[in-house]
Amino acid sequence: MNAPETVKLYLARRARWRVSEIAFWLAAAATLAFLPGKHLILAEIAILGLFALSLDLILGYAGILSLGHAAFFGVGAYAAGLFAKHGLITEPLAALVAAAALAAVLGFVTSFLVLRGSDLTRLMVTLGVALMLRELANRYDNITGGADGLQGITIAPVLGRYPFDIAGHTGYAYSLAVLFVLFLLARRIVYSPFGLSLRAVKGNPLRAAAVGISVNARLVGIYTVAAAYAGAAGALLAQVTQFCSLDVFSFERSADLLMVLILGGAGYLYGGLIGAVVFKLMQDWLAAATPQYWQFWIGLMLVAIVLLGRERVPYWVQRARLRLRMA
Amino acid sequence: MSAAPALETTGLSRHFGGVYAANGIGLRLERGARQALIGPNGAGKTTLINLLTGVLRPHAGTIRLEGRDITSLAPQRRVALGLARTFQINQLFGDMTPLEAVGLAVSEHLGHGADWWRVAGSRQAIDLRIADILERFHLADAMLERTASLSYGRQRLLEIALAIACSPRVLLLDEPAAGVPEGERHEILAAVSALPRDVSILFIEHDMDLVFSFAERISVMVGGSLLAEGAPRDIARDPRVQAAYLGEEAPAG
Repeated sequence: MNAPETVKLYLARRARWRVSEIAFWLAAAATLAFLPGKHLILAEIAILGLFALSLDLILGYAGILSLGHAAFFGVGAYAAGLFAKHGLITEPLAALVAAAALAAVLGFVTSFLVLRGSDLTRLMVTLGVALMLRELANRYDNITGGADGLQGITIAPVLGRYPFDIAGHTGYAYSLAVLFVLFLLARRIVYSPFGLSLRAVKGNPLRAAAVGISVNARLVGIYTVAAAYAGAAGALLAQVTQFCSLDVFSFERSADLLMVLILGGAGYLYGGLIGAVVFKLMQDWLAAATPQYWQFWIGLMLVAIVLLGRERVPYWVQRARLRLRMA
Repeated sequence: MSAAPALETTGLSRHFGGVYAANGIGLRLERGARQALIGPNGAGKTTLINLLTGVLRPHAGTIRLEGRDITSLAPQRRVALGLARTFQINQLFGDMTPLEAVGLAVSEHLGHGADWWRVAGSRQAIDLRIADILERFHLADAMLERTASLSYGRQRLLEIALAIACSPRVLLLDEPAAGVPEGERHEILAAVSALPRDVSILFIEHDMDLVFSFAERISVMVGGSLLAEGAPRDIARDPRVQAAYLGEEAPAG
């Protein structure tokens, strides 16, 4: 095969849908029909998966380490909650878009704080931003309900047609649909030249600038997008549970998120989704088996994964497959 | 009046504390030049490259690229205007394939780098350009390998290929053959020699055989200043240059 053809084929094939991917989403869709009793936890998984996908965009693709990603999740959650409570935007999907946009604005503004500095600086800056937002929400309890949380939210039917129900059927279908659409968009982004340039910035910022990439502009861009994703996840949670409390901003939420992503593997789109499934199922199962000590096993897995380098495995598999295909 | 030189600096200075790493440098690179920048270790050659590319800001002086003042432009803006460089120590994207890396640089240069919607590889013109560069630098058969696993000689070629992918008007090569074993050097030399004349080249090199076989002009830098500039045979004879290189052992003159 001559070089131009190989170039075209290979670049295009990177973005081609794989059988395993189609199977993943078919399986997800099948749960809508076949696991009606599990829709409450499945909705939680979908929301956590979206949140983890958001972190993957900045950590896995752009190399920005964050311990305060809940800041954007929380802003999305409170925005959606307040929109519904005060009847500002009643249709849930429109409210979700507006909440994500607000989170994006916050992401854009705070992105300038994470442009420079080491991983430690970024960890502390992101952590600090989330802490400040939490305390702001605590202080202005006349708006947020403070420690009691935002009470009395009623969410209107999705698109005016599908009311939320107690068994969580609508909530899950709605969450999964939002996750799928935003996943498609993220997939598009990471396989684009912009996505490729993010990996370059992560891999070698000095060289990235030397081939003409505006490193800072790219980081600002992806941080803003990721904030919107986190905001959408937060909005989903507030809408599906019809409740919102200060813990949407909590440090534990940000830290758990990092665990979820590392469990599933950072830097490939499905890492956050698989991590969310594993984390929630383990939480569910282990909490039933050993109610007080379930986090011991999560901790053990985390240590093992980080030491064994599990996050590289998907990369190897992908590489090996490509080589077979091109041979 | 003839066209402005490809690259020209006037009074370019930069100090670190009290030490001048560059002191009033007036360097001129004509269009189509094949010019070497030589000098003993610590002469300030890499500082000069960093000033030219915008990694460092000068404390005084100006830099002009084809007549245009670029002194205060950000590094990536200079690249966009046609000033590309390679690094003395490889600065590559270890986890990417040569194909992805070259593709990235080409997309960037053709103005599609921030395109977040279209799948990379779906523009014919970009694909052809990528393939052309990979072939010219003997990287076509290794284009799907992980960069970090390529041989050192191949990685040096990729260094240059990445700079060429930016379609430079002026190319700064920082010791292109540094560390490359004797047997693989000719491949790098051949690749550099084959570059078209509309690319003006300034290269730093320690290997004098290489300098004298390739350079048509030589600039000598010592202690942060330009000591001499001229044709290779004049430079070879210049007693000041001999003194600077050989130190105390040189005959006074």
